[in-house]
Amino acid sequence: MLIALFADIHANRPAFEACLAQARGYGAQRFVLLGDYVGYGANPDWAVSTVMDLVDGGAIAVLGNHDSAIANPREQLNVEARMVTEWTRGVLGTAQRKFLAELPLTQQSDDRLYVHADASQPKQWIYVASATEAAQSLIATSAHVSFCGHIHKPALYTMSATAKMTAFTPTTGAAIPLAVGRRWLAVLGSVGQPRDGNPAASYLMLDTAKNEITYCRAPYDIEAAAAAIRNQGLPTWLADRLFRGT
Amino acid sequence: MAKPLHQPGVTIDGFRLEEIIHQGGMAMLWRVTRPGDALPMLMKVPRIGEGADPAAIVSFEMEQMILPRLFGVHVPKFIAAGDFSVQPYLVMEAIAGKALLARLPELPLPYAEVAAIGAKIATALDDLHRQHVVHLDIKPSNIMVRPSGEAVLLDYGLSHHEELPDLMQEEFRLPFGTAPYMSPEQLRGIRNDPRSDLFALGVLLYFFSTGVRPFGESESLRGMRRRLWRDPEPPRRLRPDYPPWLQEIVLRCLESEPAWRYPTAAQLAFELTHPDDVKLTGRSERLKRDPFTTVLRRRFNTDLMKLRPQAAVSDQLASAPIVAVAIDLEGAEELNDALRVTTGRMLATMPSARLACLNVLRQARIAIDTTLDEQGHNKHIDRIVRLKDWASPLRLADNRLTAHVIEAVDPAAAILEFTSANRVDHILIGARQNSLMRKLLGGVSAKVAAEADCTVTVVRPSLVSGAS
Repeated sequence: MLIALFADIHANRPAFEACLAQARGYGAQRFVLLGDYVGYGANPDWAVSTVMDLVDGGAIAVLGNHDSAIANPREQLNVEARMVTEWTRGVLGTAQRKFLAELPLTQQSDDRLYVHADASQPKQWIYVASATEAAQSLIATSAHVSFCGHIHKPALYTMSATAKMTAFTPTTGAAIPLAVGRRWLAVLGSVGQPRDGNPAASYLMLDTAKNEITYCRAPYDIEAAAAAIRNQGLPTWLADRLFRGT
Repeated sequence: MAKPLHQPGVTIDGFRLEEIIHQGGMAMLWRVTRPGDALPMLMKVPRIGEGADPAAIVSFEMEQMILPRLFGVHVPKFIAAGDFSVQPYLVMEAIAGKALLARLPELPLPYAEVAAIGAKIATALDDLHRQHVVHLDIKPSNIMVRPSGEAVLLDYGLSHHEELPDLMQEEFRLPFGTAPYMSPEQLRGIRNDPRSDLFALGVLLYFFSTGVRPFGESESLRGMRRRLWRDPEPPRRLRPDYPPWLQEIVLRCLESEPAWRYPTAAQLAFELTHPDDVKLTGRSERLKRDPFTTVLRRRFNTDLMKLRPQAAVSDQLASAPIVAVAIDLEGAEELNDALRVTTGRMLATMPSARLACLNVLRQARIAIDTTLDEQGHNKHIDRIVRLKDWASPLRLADNRLTAHVIEAVDPAAAILEFTSANRVDHILIGARQNSLMRKLLGGVSAKVAAEADCTVTVVRPSLVSGAS
């Protein structure tokens, strides 16, 4: 079975639409959503409704820190994100806010764990930025493969049977086999606000039959996403960075 | 679940173990058969369990990841893999014959044979590097030659794949490889430079042509590190009749600085198959090792020990292509000028590219051509001179330029054969403007463009309005 995974959509409609279309074209049958559906982008209403529809259709979704901030004003966010969150609260309807508030922090399916950030303390939203945090996250779980997002830069970590860590920056489009004798943590890039220098929307495909993952990129209409941010009076810096992918 | 015992007659996932072929420190090799499958096959089973070397497990994991992704004649065909949690194994095509290791008692081999073997290995390495893999354990026991003539590279347990996590990188602090063949940069823990394989091939060429290993057989880290600053005895000192062109090639492969070696395996293969075109530098003349003072300076030069940032495997290959240009010396001047302009533009962006200028000397189908024309000039040499004259405005260094005259009945077929035999990345060819000529001769450029296995640029002189 082919599963498409998306993290950090951040209310970017053109980016998420491009990813969904590409993944469906590849034959994705199931979807997993790793949190941060809102914040930064101009289409939170559409983004949350789309995620709700996907979940109705059997998709798995977990909570991100920006999603959590909608109902929790105490959630720590940077200045721009706080402003966008206040605006987003005034855009989302009751059902949408209820959906976000009820999302779980982690979900497990077969031998896979889905979480927004580090899995050892999912509520602390710790960035998995190096092999050290990856090891901490892997030790806290029993899953063969964990998937997370939050840092907006794709990376792959693996731990051997003797707890040695290897870090790897994946190549777009190259399938990577997940050897069974070791444990893996796949960090996804961001759909709606890539920060690895490549402005194309980032997501991941998992082939459960071959036990392989492929990091994918979907080019999208950045002009449209940036114009929508400016039209809503949100910080223009959030529009500009989409073109650079930083 | 009890693990099945490995003994003849036992069947694992449909593969019947026939006989054990090799029992090494890291793995066992079995000849296996499968009902309805005529291909000769081998099963590699890692040694895991009590007291096993953890390196054996990780290296087997790497090979299990890499081998299924490789294709082509220069690698053993992947058949099946067994899961680590149940029964780890790899089944692959068994290559007929013996590894190059079997030739050791015959060393030193004749120079021409060493060059021919070297060219086959370099061609196989080029294929492997283009598939994003650095082998990192090139040595006689890991190389076989198919009955059809192609070299096959075995054992990917120490290899690096550019698009896969490098499990060996973090697992071990000591360099892994085979001591006499290991490049200086491998000793420093660098695992992603395709030129490391050219160094190992240089060791093999030196050994096969002199009977002596250039850096001895020391297995200690201290002994191995000496190659960072100590150059080997020049082969000509060991064998006075050693050809300068071969010494040039071998010593260039053995440069401790990767950037001073050949930029790609394809360029090395090209030199090994064109000994007359090898540019002879100071390397070819050396009769003794560097003086002690030079060695001492290198020994304590901390710059040499510094790690430099590495370009990705595929970027390195892309920056050093072999470009060929087909020139019709009887053709229109403006077309040959246009070809030179286009070639110059292309080479300007690629300082490591090399240019091969081709000309086809058409042979009559039936009559036996003489190599002398009516005036008694040698046509072949005359054309080489004219090709070099065509290229002289490009101002390329000697080691970047070669000229070739091919005698053939069918020019297009001859050009296609040259590009494929020499791993040419890009060929430039002019389109004849005269439609009558094109009709009579058939479009050479059209045939090359349609059938070449590399990039083809068809060049036309830009038409000045009013010109016929």
